[in-house]
Amino acid sequence: MVAQSAHTLMDTDYKIVTENLGLQYSDGTESLKDISINIPKNAISVLFGPAGGGKSTYLRVLNRLNDLANVKELSGKAILYSEDGDPLDILDPDIDVTSLRRRVGMVFARPVVLPMSINENLTYGLEVAGERNKNRLNQAVKRSLQQAALWAEVKDRLDDPAVDLSGGQQQRLCIARSLALEPEVLLLDEPTSGLDPISTGKVEASLQELKKEYTIILVPHSVQQAARTADHAAFFLQGELIEYAPGALMFTNPTDQRTADYIEGRFG
Amino acid sequence: MLRLVAIIAVLPIIAILVYIIYKGAPALSWEFITGFPSDGMRSGGIWPAIVGTFFLTMLCTIVVAPLGIGAAIYLSEYAADNRWTQSIRIAIISLAGIPSVVYGLFGLGLFVIFFNFGISILAGSLTLAIMTLPVIITTTEEALRAVPQSFRVVSRSVGATQLQTIRRIVVPQALPGIMTGVILGLERAAGETAPILFTAAVFYLPNLPSSVTDPTMALPYHLYVISTQVPGMEPQIQFGTALVLLLFVLGLNLLATVIRSRARARRQW
Repeated sequence: MVAQSAHTLMDTDYKIVTENLGLQYSDGTESLKDISINIPKNAISVLFGPAGGGKSTYLRVLNRLNDLANVKELSGKAILYSEDGDPLDILDPDIDVTSLRRRVGMVFARPVVLPMSINENLTYGLEVAGERNKNRLNQAVKRSLQQAALWAEVKDRLDDPAVDLSGGQQQRLCIARSLALEPEVLLLDEPTSGLDPISTGKVEASLQELKKEYTIILVPHSVQQAARTADHAAFFLQGELIEYAPGALMFTNPTDQRTADYIEGRFG
Repeated sequence: MLRLVAIIAVLPIIAILVYIIYKGAPALSWEFITGFPSDGMRSGGIWPAIVGTFFLTMLCTIVVAPLGIGAAIYLSEYAADNRWTQSIRIAIISLAGIPSVVYGLFGLGLFVIFFNFGISILAGSLTLAIMTLPVIITTTEEALRAVPQSFRVVSRSVGATQLQTIRRIVVPQALPGIMTGVILGLERAAGETAPILFTAAVFYLPNLPSSVTDPTMALPYHLYVISTQVPGMEPQIQFGTALVLLLFVLGLNLLATVIRSRARARRQW
Protein backbone atom coordinates (compact mmCIF):
# COMPACT_ATOMS: atom_id res chain seq x y z
CA MET A 1 0.00 0.00 0.00
CA VAL A 2 1.39 3.30 -1.12
CA ALA A 3 -0.41 5.19 1.58
CA GLN A 4 1.11 2.97 4.25
CA SER A 5 4.64 3.39 3.00
CA ALA A 6 4.25 7.13 2.63
CA HIS A 7 3.12 7.13 6.21
CA THR A 8 6.17 5.17 7.30
CA LEU A 9 8.42 7.52 5.37
CA MET A 10 6.90 10.46 7.22
CA ASP A 11 8.17 8.65 10.29
CA THR A 12 5.36 10.11 12.29
CA ASP A 13 2.59 8.69 14.35
CA TYR A 14 1.47 12.17 15.12
CA LYS A 15 -1.94 13.47 14.12
CA ILE A 16 -1.39 17.11 14.94
CA VAL A 17 1.88 18.94 15.33
CA THR A 18 2.04 22.46 16.73
CA GLU A 19 5.26 24.43 16.81
CA ASN A 20 5.81 27.64 18.75
CA LEU A 21 2.12 28.39 18.64
CA GLY A 22 1.40 31.86 19.99
CA LEU A 23 -1.88 33.71 20.27
CA GLN A 24 -3.07 36.95 21.75
CA TYR A 25 -6.65 38.24 21.93
CA SER A 26 -7.38 41.86 21.08
CA ASP A 27 -8.51 42.59 24.63
CA GLY A 28 -5.25 41.14 25.96
CA THR A 29 -6.83 38.19 27.82
CA GLU A 30 -5.86 34.51 27.82
CA SER A 31 -3.17 33.82 25.29
CA LEU A 32 -0.74 31.16 24.18
CA LYS A 33 3.03 31.44 24.31
CA ASP A 34 5.28 29.20 22.22
CA ILE A 35 3.25 26.03 22.53
CA SER A 36 4.93 23.05 20.86
CA ILE A 37 3.07 19.77 21.24
CA ASN A 38 2.90 16.66 19.08
CA ILE A 39 -0.48 15.00 19.43
CA PRO A 40 -0.21 11.21 18.83
CA LYS A 41 -2.79 9.28 16.84
CA ASN A 42 -5.41 7.06 18.45
CA ALA A 43 -4.71 8.22 21.96
CA ILE A 44 -6.21 10.57 24.50
CA SER A 45 -4.08 13.65 24.99
CA VAL A 46 -5.10 15.64 28.01
CA LEU A 47 -4.52 19.36 28.44
CA PHE A 48 -4.82 20.32 32.10
CA GLY A 49 -4.02 23.20 34.40
CA PRO A 50 -5.70 26.10 36.18
CA ALA A 51 -8.42 28.16 34.47
CA GLY A 52 -7.20 30.81 32.08
CA GLY A 53 -4.13 28.80 31.13
CA GLY A 54 -4.89 28.67 27.40
CA LYS A 55 -6.25 25.12 27.12
CA SER A 56 -9.54 26.11 25.47
CA THR A 57 -7.77 28.61 23.27
CA TYR A 58 -5.40 25.89 22.09
CA LEU A 59 -8.35 23.64 21.22
CA ARG A 60 -10.10 26.44 19.36
CA VAL A 61 -7.04 27.07 17.25
CA LEU A 62 -7.05 23.45 16.08
CA ASN A 63 -10.39 23.75 14.31
CA ARG A 64 -10.16 27.48 13.72
CA LEU A 65 -13.11 28.34 15.94
CA ASN A 66 -10.86 31.14 17.13
CA ASP A 67 -11.77 32.79 13.82
CA LEU A 68 -15.03 33.77 15.52
CA ALA A 69 -13.18 35.56 18.34
CA ASN A 70 -11.17 38.78 18.23
CA VAL A 71 -7.64 37.50 17.80
CA LYS A 72 -4.92 40.12 17.57
CA GLU A 73 -1.95 37.94 16.82
CA LEU A 74 -1.46 34.32 15.83
CA SER A 75 2.00 32.90 15.21
CA GLY A 76 3.79 29.57 14.87
CA LYS A 77 2.69 26.41 13.11
CA ALA A 78 -0.19 23.96 13.44
CA ILE A 79 -0.25 20.98 11.06
CA LEU A 80 -2.94 18.33 10.74
CA TYR A 81 -1.82 15.06 9.12
CA SER A 82 -4.30 12.96 7.17
CA GLU A 83 -4.38 9.15 7.42
CA ASP A 84 -2.06 9.13 4.41
CA GLY A 85 0.32 11.53 6.08
CA ASP A 86 -0.65 14.54 3.95
CA PRO A 87 -0.07 17.70 5.94
CA LEU A 88 -2.64 20.49 6.19
CA ASP A 89 -1.54 23.89 7.44
CA ILE A 90 -4.35 24.66 9.90
CA LEU A 91 -3.39 28.32 10.26
CA ASP A 92 -3.30 29.00 6.51
CA PRO A 93 -6.03 31.63 5.97
CA ASP A 94 -6.82 30.15 2.54
CA ILE A 95 -7.70 26.60 3.59
CA ASP A 96 -11.29 25.39 3.54
CA VAL A 97 -12.25 25.96 7.18
CA THR A 98 -15.52 24.10 6.75
CA SER A 99 -13.74 20.90 5.74
CA LEU A 100 -11.19 21.36 8.53
CA ARG A 101 -14.04 21.57 11.06
CA ARG A 102 -15.48 18.35 9.72
CA ARG A 103 -12.12 16.65 10.21
CA VAL A 104 -11.59 18.16 13.65
CA GLY A 105 -14.79 17.97 15.71
CA MET A 106 -15.49 19.93 18.87
CA VAL A 107 -17.51 19.23 22.02
CA PHE A 108 -18.08 22.08 24.46
CA ALA A 109 -18.27 22.25 28.25
CA ARG A 110 -21.95 23.02 28.40
CA PRO A 111 -23.94 20.63 26.22
CA VAL A 112 -25.52 22.79 23.53
CA VAL A 113 -28.11 20.86 21.58
CA LEU A 114 -29.55 22.67 18.60
CA PRO A 115 -33.27 23.51 18.90
CA MET A 116 -34.42 20.59 16.77
CA SER A 117 -35.02 16.85 17.11
CA ILE A 118 -32.39 14.33 18.22
CA ASN A 119 -32.23 13.05 14.68
CA GLU A 120 -31.85 16.51 13.14
CA ASN A 121 -29.09 17.41 15.58
CA LEU A 122 -27.09 14.50 14.25
CA THR A 123 -27.77 15.05 10.55
CA TYR A 124 -27.31 18.83 10.68
CA GLY A 125 -23.56 18.78 10.02
CA LEU A 126 -23.90 16.28 7.19
CA GLU A 127 -26.77 18.19 5.61
CA VAL A 128 -24.96 21.50 5.56
CA ALA A 129 -22.13 19.57 3.90
CA GLY A 130 -24.57 18.63 1.15
CA GLU A 131 -25.48 15.04 2.13
CA ARG A 132 -29.07 14.31 1.03
CA ASN A 133 -29.09 10.50 0.91
CA LYS A 134 -31.60 9.33 3.55
CA ASN A 135 -29.91 5.96 3.92
CA ARG A 136 -26.49 7.37 4.59
CA LEU A 137 -27.96 9.95 7.00
CA ASN A 138 -29.80 7.25 8.94
CA GLN A 139 -26.69 5.09 9.09
CA ALA A 140 -24.66 8.02 10.40
CA VAL A 141 -27.27 8.67 13.09
CA LYS A 142 -27.21 5.07 14.29
CA ARG A 143 -23.43 4.68 14.14
CA SER A 144 -22.70 7.96 15.94
CA LEU A 145 -25.26 7.26 18.68
CA GLN A 146 -23.79 3.80 19.22
CA GLN A 147 -20.28 5.20 19.42
CA ALA A 148 -21.41 7.78 21.98
CA ALA A 149 -23.17 5.04 24.00
CA LEU A 150 -26.56 6.71 23.60
CA TRP A 151 -28.26 4.50 21.00
CA ALA A 152 -30.10 2.22 23.42
CA GLU A 153 -31.55 5.15 25.35
CA VAL A 154 -32.91 7.16 22.41
CA LYS A 155 -33.45 4.77 19.52
CA ASP A 156 -37.25 4.86 19.91
CA ARG A 157 -37.53 8.62 20.24
CA LEU A 158 -35.24 10.04 17.57
CA ASP A 159 -37.85 12.59 16.52
CA ASP A 160 -38.27 14.03 20.01
CA PRO A 161 -36.83 17.48 20.72
CA ALA A 162 -33.20 17.09 21.80
CA VAL A 163 -33.73 19.42 24.78
CA ASP A 164 -35.97 16.77 26.36
CA LEU A 165 -32.88 14.64 27.03
CA SER A 166 -31.14 14.78 30.42
CA GLY A 167 -27.91 16.75 30.77
CA GLY A 168 -25.75 13.66 30.48
CA GLN A 169 -27.65 12.43 27.45
CA GLN A 170 -27.40 15.85 25.84
CA GLN A 171 -23.64 15.83 26.23
CA ARG A 172 -23.37 12.37 24.69
CA LEU A 173 -25.61 13.65 21.89
CA CYS A 174 -23.13 16.48 21.36
CA ILE A 175 -20.32 13.93 21.14
CA ALA A 176 -22.41 11.89 18.71
CA ARG A 177 -23.08 15.03 16.66
CA SER A 178 -19.34 15.46 16.19
CA LEU A 179 -18.87 11.78 15.43
CA ALA A 180 -21.63 11.83 12.80
CA LEU A 181 -19.25 13.76 10.57
CA GLU A 182 -16.63 10.99 10.85
CA PRO A 183 -13.93 13.37 12.03
CA GLU A 184 -10.32 12.33 12.49
CA VAL A 185 -9.80 14.33 15.67
CA LEU A 186 -12.19 14.99 18.53
CA LEU A 187 -11.64 18.05 20.70
CA LEU A 188 -13.42 17.97 24.06
CA ASP A 189 -13.46 21.07 26.23
CA GLU A 190 -14.43 19.99 29.77
CA PRO A 191 -17.19 17.80 28.38
CA THR A 192 -18.22 16.46 31.79
CA SER A 193 -18.06 19.65 33.86
CA GLY A 194 -21.83 19.82 34.23
CA LEU A 195 -22.49 16.11 34.60
CA ASP A 196 -23.10 13.80 37.53
CA PRO A 197 -20.55 11.04 38.29
CA ILE A 198 -22.56 8.33 36.53
CA SER A 199 -22.90 10.32 33.32
CA THR A 200 -19.25 11.31 33.60
CA GLY A 201 -18.32 7.64 33.87
CA LYS A 202 -20.30 6.84 30.72
CA VAL A 203 -18.61 9.62 28.78
CA GLU A 204 -15.15 8.58 29.95
CA ALA A 205 -15.86 4.96 29.08
CA SER A 206 -16.98 5.90 25.59
CA LEU A 207 -13.81 7.97 25.13
CA GLN A 208 -11.74 4.84 25.82
CA GLU A 209 -13.62 3.11 23.01
CA LEU A 210 -13.45 6.10 20.69
CA LYS A 211 -9.70 6.49 20.87
CA LYS A 212 -9.32 3.25 18.92
CA GLU A 213 -10.68 5.09 15.89
CA TYR A 214 -10.11 8.74 16.65
CA THR A 215 -7.45 11.03 17.99
CA ILE A 216 -8.78 12.68 21.13
CA ILE A 217 -7.71 15.89 22.80
CA LEU A 218 -9.43 16.41 26.12
CA VAL A 219 -9.48 19.31 28.53
CA PRO A 220 -10.59 17.54 31.72
CA HIS A 221 -12.62 19.22 34.42
CA SER A 222 -10.35 17.97 37.22
CA VAL A 223 -6.87 16.66 37.85
CA GLN A 224 -8.44 13.34 38.82
CA GLN A 225 -10.13 13.06 35.45
CA ALA A 226 -6.85 14.00 33.77
CA ALA A 227 -5.08 11.19 35.62
CA ARG A 228 -7.85 8.68 34.83
CA THR A 229 -8.00 9.34 31.12
CA ALA A 230 -4.63 10.60 29.93
CA ASP A 231 -2.43 8.61 27.58
CA HIS A 232 -0.44 11.80 27.23
CA ALA A 233 -0.75 14.89 29.32
CA ALA A 234 0.21 18.53 28.87
CA PHE A 235 0.28 20.96 31.79
CA PHE A 236 -0.74 24.50 30.82
CA LEU A 237 -0.05 27.45 33.09
CA GLN A 238 -0.84 31.05 32.13
CA GLY A 239 -0.53 30.44 28.42
CA GLU A 240 2.65 28.40 28.66
CA LEU A 241 3.25 24.69 28.25
CA ILE A 242 5.09 23.68 31.40
CA GLU A 243 5.41 19.99 30.77
CA TYR A 244 4.30 17.39 28.27
CA ALA A 245 4.70 13.68 29.03
CA PRO A 246 2.98 10.31 28.90
CA GLY A 247 0.11 10.28 31.39
CA ALA A 248 1.53 7.52 33.55
CA LEU A 249 4.71 9.50 34.05
CA MET A 250 3.12 12.92 34.44
CA PHE A 251 0.85 12.01 37.32
CA THR A 252 3.32 9.87 39.27
CA ASN A 253 6.58 11.63 38.62
CA PRO A 254 6.28 15.15 37.20
CA THR A 255 9.59 16.84 36.42
CA ASP A 256 8.57 20.44 36.98
CA GLN A 257 7.89 21.63 40.51
CA ARG A 258 4.86 23.70 39.37
CA THR A 259 3.30 20.61 37.81
CA ALA A 260 3.83 18.65 41.01
CA ASP A 261 2.36 21.46 43.10
CA TYR A 262 -0.71 21.64 40.90
CA ILE A 263 -1.30 17.90 40.80
CA GLU A 264 -0.98 17.69 44.56
CA GLY A 265 -3.43 20.54 44.93
CA ARG A 266 -1.11 23.16 46.40
CA PHE A 267 -2.54 25.77 44.05
CA GLY A 268 -5.19 25.95 41.38
CA MET B 1 -49.83 53.25 45.71
CA LEU B 2 -48.10 51.86 42.64
CA ARG B 3 -51.16 49.80 41.91
CA LEU B 4 -53.17 53.03 41.82
CA VAL B 5 -50.69 54.51 39.32
CA ALA B 6 -51.04 51.40 37.18
CA ILE B 7 -54.80 51.65 37.25
CA ILE B 8 -54.64 55.32 36.29
CA ALA B 9 -52.36 54.40 33.40
CA VAL B 10 -54.83 51.85 32.08
CA LEU B 11 -57.93 53.98 32.61
CA PRO B 12 -57.62 56.17 29.48
CA ILE B 13 -57.30 53.09 27.26
CA ILE B 14 -60.39 51.52 28.76
CA ALA B 15 -62.24 54.83 28.60
CA ILE B 16 -61.40 55.30 24.91
CA LEU B 17 -62.43 51.75 24.08
CA VAL B 18 -65.71 51.90 25.98
CA TYR B 19 -66.59 55.33 24.64
CA ILE B 20 -65.87 54.48 21.00
CA ILE B 21 -67.66 51.15 21.18
CA TYR B 22 -70.63 52.77 22.92
CA LYS B 23 -70.91 55.56 20.36
CA GLY B 24 -69.82 53.63 17.29
CA ALA B 25 -71.30 50.17 17.65
CA PRO B 26 -74.82 51.23 16.58
CA ALA B 27 -73.39 52.40 13.24
CA LEU B 28 -71.85 49.06 12.43
CA SER B 29 -73.82 47.12 9.87
CA TRP B 30 -73.13 45.11 6.74
CA GLU B 31 -74.02 48.12 4.61
CA PHE B 32 -71.71 50.37 6.61
CA ILE B 33 -68.75 48.02 6.11
CA THR B 34 -69.33 47.13 2.46
CA GLY B 35 -71.06 50.24 1.11
CA PHE B 36 -69.78 53.39 -0.55
CA PRO B 37 -70.27 56.76 1.10
CA SER B 38 -73.21 58.72 -0.19
CA ASP B 39 -74.87 62.07 0.34
CA GLY B 40 -71.50 63.84 0.69
CA MET B 41 -70.24 61.30 3.26
CA ARG B 42 -73.24 61.87 5.49
CA SER B 43 -74.58 58.38 4.94
CA GLY B 44 -73.63 55.07 3.32
CA GLY B 45 -70.53 53.02 4.15
CA ILE B 46 -66.76 53.14 4.35
CA TRP B 47 -65.76 50.18 2.14
CA PRO B 48 -63.36 52.15 -0.14
CA ALA B 49 -61.51 53.45 2.94
CA ILE B 50 -61.16 49.93 4.36
CA VAL B 51 -59.89 48.58 1.05
CA GLY B 52 -57.51 51.52 0.68
CA THR B 53 -55.99 51.02 4.13
CA PHE B 54 -55.65 47.30 3.42
CA PHE B 55 -53.79 47.93 0.14
CA LEU B 56 -51.56 50.61 1.63
CA THR B 57 -50.61 48.34 4.50
CA MET B 58 -49.98 45.29 2.31
CA LEU B 59 -47.80 47.10 -0.23
CA CYS B 60 -45.94 48.78 2.63
CA THR B 61 -45.20 45.32 4.09
CA ILE B 62 -44.01 43.88 0.80
CA VAL B 63 -41.53 46.74 0.51
CA VAL B 64 -40.42 47.16 4.10
CA ALA B 65 -40.22 43.55 5.38
CA PRO B 66 -37.31 42.38 3.16
CA LEU B 67 -35.48 45.69 3.59
CA GLY B 68 -35.91 45.86 7.35
CA ILE B 69 -35.18 42.20 8.01
CA GLY B 70 -32.15 42.30 5.71
CA ALA B 71 -30.78 45.37 7.45
CA ALA B 72 -31.34 43.77 10.86
CA ILE B 73 -29.54 40.57 9.80
CA TYR B 74 -26.63 42.65 8.61
CA LEU B 75 -26.46 44.63 11.84
CA SER B 76 -26.87 41.62 14.12
CA GLU B 77 -24.85 38.96 12.31
CA TYR B 78 -22.29 40.63 10.09
CA ALA B 79 -21.54 44.19 11.11
CA ALA B 80 -18.52 44.79 13.31
CA ASP B 81 -19.06 47.10 16.26
CA ASN B 82 -17.38 50.22 14.91
CA ARG B 83 -18.10 53.88 14.15
CA TRP B 84 -19.82 52.97 10.89
CA THR B 85 -22.39 50.65 12.46
CA GLN B 86 -22.81 52.95 15.45
CA SER B 87 -23.76 55.76 13.09
CA ILE B 88 -26.21 53.44 11.32
CA ARG B 89 -27.81 52.68 14.66
CA ILE B 90 -28.04 56.36 15.60
CA ALA B 91 -29.63 57.03 12.20
CA ILE B 92 -32.24 54.31 12.82
CA ILE B 93 -33.08 55.67 16.26
CA SER B 94 -33.38 59.19 14.84
CA LEU B 95 -35.57 57.88 12.04
CA ALA B 96 -37.93 56.42 14.62
CA GLY B 97 -38.22 59.80 16.32
CA ILE B 98 -39.19 61.86 13.28
CA PRO B 99 -42.78 63.15 13.44
CA SER B 100 -45.01 61.36 10.97
CA VAL B 101 -46.08 64.55 9.22
CA VAL B 102 -42.44 65.09 8.24
CA TYR B 103 -42.49 61.66 6.55
CA GLY B 104 -45.61 62.85 4.74
CA LEU B 105 -43.85 65.92 3.41
CA PHE B 106 -40.78 63.89 2.51
CA GLY B 107 -42.96 61.39 0.63
CA LEU B 108 -44.65 64.26 -1.19
CA GLY B 109 -41.31 65.68 -2.27
CA LEU B 110 -39.61 62.41 -3.19
CA PHE B 111 -42.26 59.98 -4.42
CA VAL B 112 -45.15 62.18 -5.53
CA ILE B 113 -43.19 64.98 -7.18
CA PHE B 114 -39.59 63.87 -7.85
CA PHE B 115 -40.37 60.28 -8.96
CA ASN B 116 -43.65 61.54 -10.39
CA PHE B 117 -45.74 58.74 -8.87
CA GLY B 118 -48.47 61.30 -8.18
CA ILE B 119 -50.90 60.99 -5.28
CA SER B 120 -51.06 57.20 -5.33
CA ILE B 121 -51.09 53.98 -3.32
CA LEU B 122 -47.49 53.47 -4.43
CA ALA B 123 -46.28 56.83 -3.12
CA GLY B 124 -48.23 56.36 0.13
CA SER B 125 -46.98 52.81 0.72
CA LEU B 126 -43.37 53.81 0.15
CA THR B 127 -43.76 56.70 2.57
CA LEU B 128 -45.27 54.37 5.17
CA ALA B 129 -42.47 51.89 4.47
CA ILE B 130 -39.79 54.44 5.32
CA MET B 131 -41.68 55.36 8.46
CA THR B 132 -42.01 51.74 9.68
CA LEU B 133 -38.47 50.73 8.67
CA PRO B 134 -36.85 51.66 12.02
CA VAL B 135 -39.51 49.76 14.00
CA ILE B 136 -38.94 46.61 11.98
CA ILE B 137 -35.15 46.86 12.02
CA THR B 138 -35.05 47.38 15.78
CA THR B 139 -37.46 44.56 16.71
CA THR B 140 -35.92 42.13 14.21
CA GLU B 141 -32.43 42.83 15.48
CA GLU B 142 -33.61 42.24 19.04
CA ALA B 143 -35.19 38.93 18.00
CA LEU B 144 -31.98 37.83 16.26
CA ARG B 145 -29.79 38.80 19.22
CA ALA B 146 -32.03 36.81 21.54
CA VAL B 147 -30.99 33.58 19.77
CA PRO B 148 -28.22 32.13 21.98
CA GLN B 149 -24.71 32.72 20.69
CA SER B 150 -23.88 29.09 21.52
CA PHE B 151 -26.16 27.89 18.69
CA ARG B 152 -24.08 29.87 16.23
CA VAL B 153 -20.80 28.52 17.62
CA VAL B 154 -22.05 24.92 17.53
CA SER B 155 -23.37 25.30 14.01
CA ARG B 156 -20.04 26.71 12.82
CA SER B 157 -18.14 24.01 14.71
CA VAL B 158 -19.81 21.25 12.69
CA GLY B 159 -18.77 22.96 9.50
CA ALA B 160 -21.76 25.15 8.63
CA THR B 161 -20.90 28.45 7.00
CA GLN B 162 -22.12 31.71 8.48
CA LEU B 163 -24.84 31.96 5.83
CA GLN B 164 -26.03 28.38 6.50
CA THR B 165 -26.06 29.14 10.22
CA ILE B 166 -28.19 32.24 9.69
CA ARG B 167 -30.59 30.51 7.31
CA ARG B 168 -31.00 27.24 9.15
CA ILE B 169 -30.66 28.23 12.81
CA VAL B 170 -30.74 31.95 13.59
CA VAL B 171 -33.59 33.22 11.40
CA PRO B 172 -35.96 30.26 12.01
CA GLN B 173 -35.44 30.67 15.77
CA ALA B 174 -36.01 34.40 15.59
CA LEU B 175 -38.96 34.18 13.19
CA PRO B 176 -41.78 34.66 15.73
CA GLY B 177 -40.03 37.76 17.09
CA ILE B 178 -39.46 39.04 13.56
CA MET B 179 -43.11 38.53 12.64
CA THR B 180 -44.22 40.31 15.79
CA GLY B 181 -42.04 43.25 14.84
CA VAL B 182 -43.37 43.36 11.29
CA ILE B 183 -46.96 43.28 12.51
CA LEU B 184 -46.31 46.05 15.03
CA GLY B 185 -44.81 48.10 12.21
CA LEU B 186 -47.89 47.52 10.08
CA GLU B 187 -50.12 48.49 12.92
CA ARG B 188 -48.43 51.85 13.00
CA ALA B 189 -48.66 52.16 9.22
CA ALA B 190 -52.36 51.31 9.20
CA GLY B 191 -53.28 53.91 11.79
CA GLU B 192 -51.27 56.93 10.63
CA THR B 193 -52.89 59.83 8.80
CA ALA B 194 -50.07 62.30 8.25
CA PRO B 195 -47.80 60.19 5.99
CA ILE B 196 -50.62 59.49 3.53
CA LEU B 197 -52.15 62.95 3.79
CA PHE B 198 -50.12 64.35 0.90
CA THR B 199 -49.06 61.13 -0.79
CA ALA B 200 -51.95 58.72 -1.24
CA ALA B 201 -55.25 59.65 0.32
CA VAL B 202 -58.10 61.55 -1.27
CA PHE B 203 -61.38 62.89 0.04
CA TYR B 204 -63.72 60.77 -2.04
CA LEU B 205 -63.54 58.30 -4.92
CA PRO B 206 -66.52 56.89 -6.76
CA ASN B 207 -64.62 53.65 -7.57
CA LEU B 208 -62.14 51.40 -5.81
CA PRO B 209 -58.53 51.98 -6.94
CA SER B 210 -57.60 49.70 -9.81
CA SER B 211 -53.80 49.95 -9.69
CA VAL B 212 -51.02 51.08 -7.35
CA THR B 213 -50.72 54.33 -9.26
CA ASP B 214 -54.28 55.32 -8.33
CA PRO B 215 -55.05 57.49 -5.35
CA THR B 216 -57.13 55.87 -2.65
CA MET B 217 -59.33 56.52 0.32
CA ALA B 218 -58.01 55.34 3.67
CA LEU B 219 -59.54 54.83 7.10
CA PRO B 220 -57.52 57.28 9.21
CA TYR B 221 -57.74 60.00 6.58
CA HIS B 222 -61.45 59.35 6.09
CA LEU B 223 -61.97 59.71 9.81
CA TYR B 224 -60.06 62.99 9.79
CA VAL B 225 -62.14 64.27 6.88
CA ILE B 226 -65.55 63.38 8.23
CA SER B 227 -64.65 64.70 11.66
CA THR B 228 -63.41 68.11 10.54
CA GLN B 229 -64.32 68.88 6.94
CA VAL B 230 -67.93 67.83 6.54
CA PRO B 231 -70.56 70.03 8.17
CA GLY B 232 -73.62 68.36 9.60
CA MET B 233 -71.95 64.99 9.92
CA GLU B 234 -73.70 62.34 12.00
CA PRO B 235 -71.49 61.51 15.01
CA GLN B 236 -72.56 57.89 14.74
CA ILE B 237 -70.74 57.52 11.40
CA GLN B 238 -67.63 59.19 12.79
CA PHE B 239 -67.51 56.86 15.75
CA GLY B 240 -68.37 53.88 13.59
CA THR B 241 -65.36 54.66 11.39
CA ALA B 242 -63.15 55.12 14.43
CA LEU B 243 -64.32 51.77 15.76
CA VAL B 244 -63.49 49.97 12.51
CA LEU B 245 -60.02 51.52 12.46
CA LEU B 246 -59.54 50.56 16.10
CA LEU B 247 -60.64 46.98 15.45
CA PHE B 248 -58.25 46.77 12.48
CA VAL B 249 -55.28 47.88 14.59
CA LEU B 250 -56.26 45.88 17.66
CA GLY B 251 -56.74 42.82 15.47
CA LEU B 252 -53.16 43.14 14.21
CA ASN B 253 -51.98 43.61 17.78
CA LEU B 254 -53.83 40.51 18.91
CA LEU B 255 -52.29 38.53 16.05
CA ALA B 256 -48.82 39.63 17.15
CA THR B 257 -49.55 38.63 20.74
CA VAL B 258 -50.82 35.20 19.70
CA ILE B 259 -47.77 34.52 17.53
CA ARG B 260 -45.46 35.59 20.33
CA SER B 261 -47.06 33.53 23.07
CA ARG B 262 -47.40 30.41 20.93
CA ALA B 263 -43.76 30.63 19.92
CA ARG B 264 -42.70 31.15 23.51
CA ALA B 265 -44.55 28.00 24.55
CA ARG B 266 -42.81 25.98 21.85
CA ARG B 267 -39.36 27.51 22.21
CA GLN B 268 -36.61 25.11 23.23
CA TRP B 269 -34.24 27.58 24.88
